[in-house]
Amino acid sequence: MAEIRVENLHKSFGTFTAVVESNFTVRDGEFFVMLGPSGCGKTTTLRMIAGLELPTSGRILLGGEDVTFKRASQRDIAFVFQLFALYPHMNVRKNIAFPLVSQGMPKAEIKAAVQEAARLLRIDHLLDMPVSGLAGGDRQRVALGRAIVRRPKAFLMDEPLGALDAEFRDMMVHELRGLHDRIGATTVYVTHDQMEAMSMADKIAVMNHGVVEQFGTPQEIYDNPASTYVADFIGSPPMNLLPCEAALQPGATEIRLDGRPIAIPRLAEAAGSIRLILGARPEHVRLVDEGGLRAEVMGVEYLGTTQIVTLSTSYGLVRARVSSGTTVRRGETPGLVFKTERLSLFDGANGRALRTTTSAGIQPGGANG
Amino acid sequence: MPALSTAHSVVAPSSTSRWIAGTIVITYAVITMIPLVWIVLTSFKTPPDSIAYPPKVVFEPTLEGYCNLFTTRTRQPPEYIASLPPAEDVCDEIARSRNMVIAGPSNVVPRFVNSIVIAFGSTFLAVLLGTLAAYGFSRFKVPLKDDLLFFILSTRMMPPVAVAIPIYLMYRELGLTDSRLGMILLYTAVNVSLAVWLLKGFIDEIPREYEDAAMVDGYTRLQAFRLTVLPQAATGIAATAIFCLIFAWNEYAFAVLLTSGEAQTMPPFIPFIIGEGGQDWPAVSAATTLFLVPIFVFTILLRKHLLRGITFGAVRK
Repeated sequence: MAEIRVENLHKSFGTFTAVVESNFTVRDGEFFVMLGPSGCGKTTTLRMIAGLELPTSGRILLGGEDVTFKRASQRDIAFVFQLFALYPHMNVRKNIAFPLVSQGMPKAEIKAAVQEAARLLRIDHLLDMPVSGLAGGDRQRVALGRAIVRRPKAFLMDEPLGALDAEFRDMMVHELRGLHDRIGATTVYVTHDQMEAMSMADKIAVMNHGVVEQFGTPQEIYDNPASTYVADFIGSPPMNLLPCEAALQPGATEIRLDGRPIAIPRLAEAAGSIRLILGARPEHVRLVDEGGLRAEVMGVEYLGTTQIVTLSTSYGLVRARVSSGTTVRRGETPGLVFKTERLSLFDGANGRALRTTTSAGIQPGGANG
Repeated sequence: MPALSTAHSVVAPSSTSRWIAGTIVITYAVITMIPLVWIVLTSFKTPPDSIAYPPKVVFEPTLEGYCNLFTTRTRQPPEYIASLPPAEDVCDEIARSRNMVIAGPSNVVPRFVNSIVIAFGSTFLAVLLGTLAAYGFSRFKVPLKDDLLFFILSTRMMPPVAVAIPIYLMYRELGLTDSRLGMILLYTAVNVSLAVWLLKGFIDEIPREYEDAAMVDGYTRLQAFRLTVLPQAATGIAATAIFCLIFAWNEYAFAVLLTSGEAQTMPPFIPFIIGEGGQDWPAVSAATTLFLVPIFVFTILLRKHLLRGITFGAVRK
């Protein structure tokens, strides 16, 4: 097991830049998730760590050793592919044994190692089956078996659950996390699914257009998004973003919407311009009869324990998560009140979060350790 | 479970439509088989039977055609033949009954060996080069890739015979005329373009992840190619090999032009048999029958791959 350190990693394909000056460190034994939409550079980053792509510039350190220009075969890492990449001309046992055969391990040891990996993944009964007959979940387990069988320095997984049906996916999310807890391997996991990321990760890097937008624990990223992009990408429904204008000085504790003061966390830095964006998670918006920001109910989405109310305000649409016990009807005009300490404020010009007393710990991409 | 295996039709075919389909297939098979069967039958006829009119379907089989194919004979007076010790084998006996004695073996065996060496040699080379080139084109950023691929294909755009004269002159300068090496190189050059294009299609269909996985698992690229790409491309390689072999085996024009003795193959040799001592159709048929055997065997050996190979890529897995 080893720590993975990525320094100023940059990759361009001709004129297209896939990864821009990425920096992050995955600590030994950590479950690290790179999260972002397709084409954001997360898979390219993963392939560079694996040695399947060469970076244009930057360094990759594996357990302190610079492996930037080492062949994939010499890095001692395991890769799990989205489409499993199980060799169709071999049975399950041979597939799992394949990485060990390359090391010239004696047959008896290979047999024991394969048996152990299969037991860990509960696929011992499938060992002599051809891989073509396996169900999606079992295929993924075989692919994982091939990864864990030789105890590599790190696991890299490229959307390993993307090709599975929803029912298998939920099951595998728990199995993967359980497996990680049992063998404690440093894992880099790439996905576009925020639920997978939130439920499995120790640390998440949110990527967009080749840039690491934010690096942090799932809770940090959810509570204090470093940019409007992260705020909008994480959460279902995502954070409400209300563009507004105000000249705020450091230490400011309120902002005026429609002429009414809205309390905000104490601002720790000056805003770059008067164009600001106020961010509020739907669960931090409350509907009140008197006062607050005026809004009209446009629609109600019933979700069982809660319901999502969509309201129109003079700052655009706002969604609020309210208990399903509350009766809300279309056309009503309640007032909106926000949970002060959970509000975020972004610079309207570049979308960056403004530091406040509650968000001091956020780590935007680029500088972290 | 016949109901489940009819994947293409919603309703199982009725017995009438099955019967009609069966009749059509069998009729077509019979029609295409007639010339082949006739050749094989003729090879076991006597020369008079082979040109009898109306044609004889029922006849007394003889090995005369095969004997004539494998030997050269000289006509001798009956007194001389009577003075010889008893005939040693069937061919001796047949020859003597026609007032001839066997003078020695004919050229058919060396010609047949030439055909085998040249056809299989060029097929092996074309498939080997084609596989490596196709893999390169499929997986790597090759400068001017599209132009190169077009150039490779363009070598097949005119009939090969159109370049026969330049190649003849070139081969004369290089001393490659009438040599097995020359013919192997020539057929390889003609076949390699077909091989590259066919195999590139097959290799494109094999996801790169297999090689990526093997390389991460500690194998070099060449090992990854051998252990993961080759086994999966086996179908395409088999199909390509058969196409190349059929071309090299049947090729006539270049063989006539460039070979005369040493390296002569079966296609230009067979017509020569006609001229030796009258129109010996049984011997010609015997040569043709033997000529068909290697392709027949090779195709049967690879037919499982060939059937999959021809429909490969038509259906997404």
